[in-house]
Amino acid sequence: MKLIIAYIQPEKLEDVKESLVAHGITKMSVTNSLGCGQQMGYQETYRGVRLEVNLLKKTRLEIAVNEEFVEPTIEAIIAGARTGEIGDGKIFVVDLVDCIRIRTGERGKVAIG
Amino acid sequence: MEPQGLSEAVTLVQTNLDIVWTCVAAFLVFFMQAGFAMVEAGFTRAKNAVNIIMKNLMDFSVGSLAFFLVGFGLMFGVTNGFLGTSGFVLWGEDWAGGAWSFTFLIFQTVFAATAATIVSGAMAERTKFVGYLIYSVIISAFIYPVFGSWAWGSLGSGSGWLENLGFVDFAGSTVVHSIGGWLALAGALVVGPRLGKYGKDGKPKAILGHNLTLAALGVFILWFGWFGFNAGSTTAASGDIGRIAVTTNLAAAAGALFAMVTSWIFGKKPDGSMTLNGALAGLVAITAGCASVSGLGAIAVGAVAGVLVHGSVRFFDAIAKVDDPVGAISVHGVCGAWGTAAVGLFALDGGLFYGGGLHQLGVQLLGVVTAFGWAFGLGLVVFLAIRHTIGLRVSRDEELRGLDVGEHGMEAYAGFQIFTTH
Repeated sequence: MKLIIAYIQPEKLEDVKESLVAHGITKMSVTNSLGCGQQMGYQETYRGVRLEVNLLKKTRLEIAVNEEFVEPTIEAIIAGARTGEIGDGKIFVVDLVDCIRIRTGERGKVAIG
Repeated sequence: MEPQGLSEAVTLVQTNLDIVWTCVAAFLVFFMQAGFAMVEAGFTRAKNAVNIIMKNLMDFSVGSLAFFLVGFGLMFGVTNGFLGTSGFVLWGEDWAGGAWSFTFLIFQTVFAATAATIVSGAMAERTKFVGYLIYSVIISAFIYPVFGSWAWGSLGSGSGWLENLGFVDFAGSTVVHSIGGWLALAGALVVGPRLGKYGKDGKPKAILGHNLTLAALGVFILWFGWFGFNAGSTTAASGDIGRIAVTTNLAAAAGALFAMVTSWIFGKKPDGSMTLNGALAGLVAITAGCASVSGLGAIAVGAVAGVLVHGSVRFFDAIAKVDDPVGAISVHGVCGAWGTAAVGLFALDGGLFYGGGLHQLGVQLLGVVTAFGWAFGLGLVVFLAIRHTIGLRVSRDEELRGLDVGEHGMEAYAGFQIFTTH
């Protein structure tokens, strides 16, 4: 089991969701996040004063999957989120020790699916 | 001046009372700008809120100047048969005095600004700010006043061909609201729908407004301001004020009720946003006939508007595929046309249902059709011209990130995390 965490541009969420569904992945958690990477931010002004915004709005996806779904999930996220510009985001894959479905008490592989 | 006798004193009191009431009404109508700003901000997404308030603030500011410099003279000056030709910048008035012209100008200015601001909601969330500013000048300086001179010119020094035919539009269902609504239709068509509004199959998707509480506050402010809009159009302190306030209120109430029931039947639940639109639909519709219908007539006019606005919003959204985030085309254009025509049906003097025959209805329909041709036709010309010169629409990237950052370099809700994922 793996936990796939992806940071993407907020406006690409719809595309990524569509692409995930097309790859057979329908379960995910999505949160708002702020972050900075290579993109470096942009400038706003407030009442004539300049303001550096370097923590940019990003969207964080978390998807727990069994081994055979790891590559399709990564492919799907890239297909939906990639524009080729700096700021497209990153995907992290980490080992998942266990997974428990609260309603039934099921554990592991069956609890994820 | 000092009154010489009782009858002069009575006249003086009446004159001053007329000025006080008309000014109070003008200030109420001014407050409707706040109502429009809140309705439009509430019905759109948080990432575009600064842009919405800037458009509402600036179309009033730019419009006030343009109407004073050019529009007022075109609308109320001595007419050449097509438009007015005198009275620009109140030329010749004594700026140390208290002539009626000043009261009349401020009252007419807030009406012109109401027509201008209707368009902002229909074109929300994707229109270039500078393009919108240019449109604001053109409507307030030319499109609104010229049509206004045809229907209302004789309120000033002019004489309009529509009013001479007997066209009745007491406070502006057509002159103000339909003109704004049909311009909104032209603008929304030329600028195109928002990204993500229509799926690949062409089906409309809901893009939720970010604050229905604000939208409701806006509707209450508009309803409040409308007592000035309609009852103020007497421009005189008399018993008519009370009667017109009654017809105005009944139509708004019926509009809200019938829009709610219609949305309940078609959507299984009473829809808050559609019910808010229904109250406005009733108000727009009664504006033409508020002084010439009975209480029951006003209820009928408002009730039909409430049903009509629901059907019209669905029609423009799903069939015509014109993306109007706040329903301005339906509320102001369609219900304004209905309300104007309804004078020909419900007017106690001359209405079809009161044995007045078809003449009044015919004249009303002529006004409705003329307004559509004038505003929609010129609107297409203006918006296409803007699109092919300085550009009417922001870039795709800017639209996705929001116009607040793109056009104004600032955010409405700093410190909050606003989802920009849709």
